[in-house]
Amino acid sequence: MTASDQTAPAPQAPRAARRSPLIFGALGLVGALLFTSAVLLSSGVPPLEAYRLIFLGAFSTPTRISDMIMLAAPLLLCSAGLTLTFAAGLYNLGVEGQMILGAVGAMIPLRLFPDLPPPLLWALAFAGGAAGGAAWATLAAWLRVGLRVNEIFAGLGLNFLASGIALYLVLGPWRRVGQASSSGTEPLPKDLWLPTLDRLRLAPAAPIVALVALAIIWAAVTRTRWGLELRAVGLNPQAAGRMGVPAARRLAESLAACGALAGLAGAIQIIGVFHQLIPSISSGIGLLALLVVLLVRASPAWVLPIAAAFAVFTVGSVQLPLALGTDSSIAGVLQGALVLFALLARGLSARK
Amino acid sequence: MEQILIDLAAVLAAASPLIFATMGETISERAGVVNLSLDGSMLLAAMVGFAVAKLSGSLALGFAAAALASALVALVLGVLSLSLGQSQTAVGFVLALLCTDLSSFLGAPYVRVPGPAVPHAPVPGLADLPLLGPLLFNHDLLIYASFLLLPAVWWFLYRTRAGLVLRALGERPQTAYARGVPVVQLRYLYLVLGGALVGIAGAAYSLDLKQGWSYRHTFGTGWIALAIVIFGGWQPWRVAIGCYLFAALQAIASRSQGVLPSVPTQVFQVAPFVLMIVVLALVNLLSSPGAARRLAALPPTLRRPAERVVAWLATPAPAALGQPFQRP
Repeated sequence: MTASDQTAPAPQAPRAARRSPLIFGALGLVGALLFTSAVLLSSGVPPLEAYRLIFLGAFSTPTRISDMIMLAAPLLLCSAGLTLTFAAGLYNLGVEGQMILGAVGAMIPLRLFPDLPPPLLWALAFAGGAAGGAAWATLAAWLRVGLRVNEIFAGLGLNFLASGIALYLVLGPWRRVGQASSSGTEPLPKDLWLPTLDRLRLAPAAPIVALVALAIIWAAVTRTRWGLELRAVGLNPQAAGRMGVPAARRLAESLAACGALAGLAGAIQIIGVFHQLIPSISSGIGLLALLVVLLVRASPAWVLPIAAAFAVFTVGSVQLPLALGTDSSIAGVLQGALVLFALLARGLSARK
Repeated sequence: MEQILIDLAAVLAAASPLIFATMGETISERAGVVNLSLDGSMLLAAMVGFAVAKLSGSLALGFAAAALASALVALVLGVLSLSLGQSQTAVGFVLALLCTDLSSFLGAPYVRVPGPAVPHAPVPGLADLPLLGPLLFNHDLLIYASFLLLPAVWWFLYRTRAGLVLRALGERPQTAYARGVPVVQLRYLYLVLGGALVGIAGAAYSLDLKQGWSYRHTFGTGWIALAIVIFGGWQPWRVAIGCYLFAALQAIASRSQGVLPSVPTQVFQVAPFVLMIVVLALVNLLSSPGAARRLAALPPTLRRPAERVVAWLATPAPAALGQPFQRP
């Protein structure tokens, strides 16, 4: 065996996990809430008050609702893409880097042809984003299929390489006129920003693109032969190969498609959210999407509610420092605990 | 000359947390378990170690608490993956993120408050030796410990019976089991032991090299350590070389900032990951049948040294790494 064969067992739904999903799902939820409450109490924060903000804070003002939607859109795109790689049995930890390269790809037409009509530029930015993300994912696919480098480590490495590239661009060739600043490139001219609803940061194009992409992925995974073959490869690549499924090809395709979707998310970060390239352009959304997909596994139908809930937690917790004098990272604790306890519940339910 | 010695000594010191973290990870990976939570558990341990040392006034307690915190994270990984059959990758990844946020949340009261630090302790007598004195014996206890840890891990893995069993856990767990080795229990042991070392690495930052606590205090070191273990081919000496190389690269990068103004220092952070990918790809290329054919076709005088180089480079991962153990 070689270094590349250390792949963790393919993520597949054990039959037993489906036996009583509701009971164990509820157990997981209760466990996660208890754990998070214990963390809150240990810092002297009243849990109920904190949960009220985390769960409902995102709906308190129109500004927060629009922030939540603008976070949910890229999160949905990355999560939808990851259901493809998850179905194929891959842990695409490189999604964060694919999003960064998507953002870089979206910047290229915006920098090259700033005089084109904005709608055309937005389309080009989305296309550039998808191409950038897909290219970066194809690199991971080539490493995995061609050189048998485990996608987990290749993905992690490529993430850091991608953030290095973004940082280099921000401080180097794309630096602001005058002085280089690691805070970001020159902001885009306002007429290139995705149009937003009146006085809000909500750009309707972002959630629309995300929902359309999610619908396409859902149809592709559950309604096409390609999706069936993908899942067959995820369950057992050798057996799928014997049935005539080009396994390596399907693996590469799922990675490239996931990269393209993550790249679209990166494009949204550029033209819809930050309006400039910043070193942390991905804002950890790819990592959060990995948590979403560890919860929903390869079922795209669940992506929308779970990703939306995660976006609600993150945006809701933003008020915690002001309202309760505590750190907003508790949202991450809750999200992580939810997945951890879901894995625990799955493990317990699969036990004989 | 004196400056070079001081620089080299600084590199040896700067690499010490990496040594603790990579030796811990090497131990658990050689036993067949990938602890992907490294980055998060290191942060949590750094925070817990600092807080406990600050509150108790005892450095020893701080380090013990850090080791315990990280060992507990490893234990959670063990329960979910070794006992409950969940993927090591999935659980480790979730733990990495969860512990990072836990450290940010629980550590908020300790951000940038002054606290205790490991005191400088030149070794009496030895510190005055020419060359070796300033290089090796003018540090503190933690850094001396990092010098000793490397040969200790090597000796344990390759020169003791327990080390042989440990390697069998990662290479042929079924065979080990058939010979009466309690595979799952021992994997727990080495996972938790490795986790404790990772915890010391975290506290090495908060109580020694980057004294204090701040948001994401050890940022990214855990991921770098994971990359270095692979770069080092799971061999303690090569892993340690990777740690020192990385620390040296960092030092050179921060020094050369004025010389190469267009390349920011942070870009050098990327190097270990690129090297990791290249090494993984090389290992697979060199161990492919095509490479073996090409080697065999070389003239005998060239073949022997070439084969030696290939064997040195192409150290594969433990065969059962990351795979669940099923009783035969």
